[in-house]
Amino acid sequence: MALRTLLSRRTLAATVRPELGSFLGLRNLVTFSLPDLLYDYGALEPAISGEIMQLHHQKHHQAYVTNYNKALEQLELAVSKGDVSSVVKLQSALKFNGGGHVNHSIFWKNLAPAREGGGEPPKGSLGWAIDTEFGSLETLISKMSTQGATLQGSGWVWLGVDKDLKKLVVETTANQDPLVTKGATLVPLIGIDVWEHAYYLQYKNVRPDYLNNIWKVINWKYATEVYEKECPVH
Amino acid sequence: MSGTATSLSTPCSILLRQPLGFSRSSSLWTTKHERYGRRRANDFPAVTARLELKPPPYPLNALEPHMSQETLSYHWGKHHRGYVENLNKQIMGTDLDGMSLEDIIILTYNKGVILPPFNNAAQVWNHELFWDSMKPGGGGKPTSHLLELIQRDFGSFETFLNEFKTAASSQFGSGWAWLAYKANRLDVGNAVNPRPADDDKKLVVVKSPNAVNPLVWGYLPLLVIDVWEHAYFLDYENGRSDFITIFMEKLVSWDAVSIRLEMAKAQTAKRERQDLKRRELEERNADDDPVVEMYLDSDSDVSEAE
Repeated sequence: MALRTLLSRRTLAATVRPELGSFLGLRNLVTFSLPDLLYDYGALEPAISGEIMQLHHQKHHQAYVTNYNKALEQLELAVSKGDVSSVVKLQSALKFNGGGHVNHSIFWKNLAPAREGGGEPPKGSLGWAIDTEFGSLETLISKMSTQGATLQGSGWVWLGVDKDLKKLVVETTANQDPLVTKGATLVPLIGIDVWEHAYYLQYKNVRPDYLNNIWKVINWKYATEVYEKECPVH
Repeated sequence: MSGTATSLSTPCSILLRQPLGFSRSSSLWTTKHERYGRRRANDFPAVTARLELKPPPYPLNALEPHMSQETLSYHWGKHHRGYVENLNKQIMGTDLDGMSLEDIIILTYNKGVILPPFNNAAQVWNHELFWDSMKPGGGGKPTSHLLELIQRDFGSFETFLNEFKTAASSQFGSGWAWLAYKANRLDVGNAVNPRPADDDKKLVVVKSPNAVNPLVWGYLPLLVIDVWEHAYFLDYENGRSDFITIFMEKLVSWDAVSIRLEMAKAQTAKRERQDLKRRELEERNADDDPVVEMYLDSDSDVSEAE
């Protein structure tokens, strides 16, 4: 995966005019590529079907990556020309597609097949923090499921940690807004995609069923690692 | 029946004097005053006028293969039904109960500070228009007056088509793309537009997120495409742009759009007659009022320039 990323970055970067960039003192354009999943598409069944996983990864996430790279290229050009209004105009595409890439990259790591520990409750300091903050893991799950179910339209429901206050938070964001849009010190631990494309082929209009089942493949081990990095035990 | 307009709270009284939507269920318009008065009187047990789930004007398999029966059975039978049922639950026994759908939408939009029933109310309205915007064997080009207006306001039908498709494909996340009739209207309850011009009565393409619809901006919607993923995912998966193309080529009902254009124009003419009456009344009253002078603080925004 690392090699592929490196290669495609080089190839894509070579397509931008480096002489213009260096003339203006700009860095060469860094582009992004679709990260691989750490499990097979079908490995999360029955909670999430292989068909959904494949489409979600290969089509949706790929489109965010492609369009983010396009927007970056346009941004580079606009910046090099000093075209401020184009720079500003590009912000919505950057936020949407860049956010889509960030969010989905986290989402894949938030999931794990049940036989590889998916759904196993968090241990250690995150488990304690959840009990302290929310009363119990069940209360947290119910809170996130409810907020995810009532979110209007497309978006995400998050468990995050405020790295300054060392406090857990539940938040929702619209469309592809990343968690950081709700506060600069917020770090995502678990993000659940509640766009219809995340569940429609399997759950149709019944988003609550999807939210009920996804906890069976949530990778609390990953969330714990991120949490312990932000809130080291002294 | 004793409730009168004077007993209503401010936003409602503005609304009652200035109808904004144009409902196909015009009976709701004509009986609205009495209905609302009854609600406010509180002397009577709540009379609930449950909003209905309106079926599409064709069988659920009639749009095959462009929109599958499966899609319509979920989209109408589950999503649209869910919005109707949840709205009825939300408004039962409240002041909104018995009002027209358009009034509920405008009131609960609350100038952008959305109140809970808004999403369900607007989604009911949006889906009704969406079903009406399609027909079996649709597509092609509009004719006569509608085509003339499209050409006048967009330059050509092809330009309109591109604008509409771009609006639909560039709506980030869930939402809608619209062709709407933009009549001149000030966003002030009792004001009269001082400079009405024919140019104001234009066709426009707009997009809106989630449940929002152009009624809340005072526009009269003529055509809509649903670009929530549930509208196309079973048939087109992630191919929103394919869905949009097929919608315009095979599904859109230009007859329905033409009819709505005529309704929009009639509605606008009615508004103008009301505005004229109000202006005449105000001018008559102005003769009796003492002159009030107003001073504007012209220095107020100088600091912005620094």
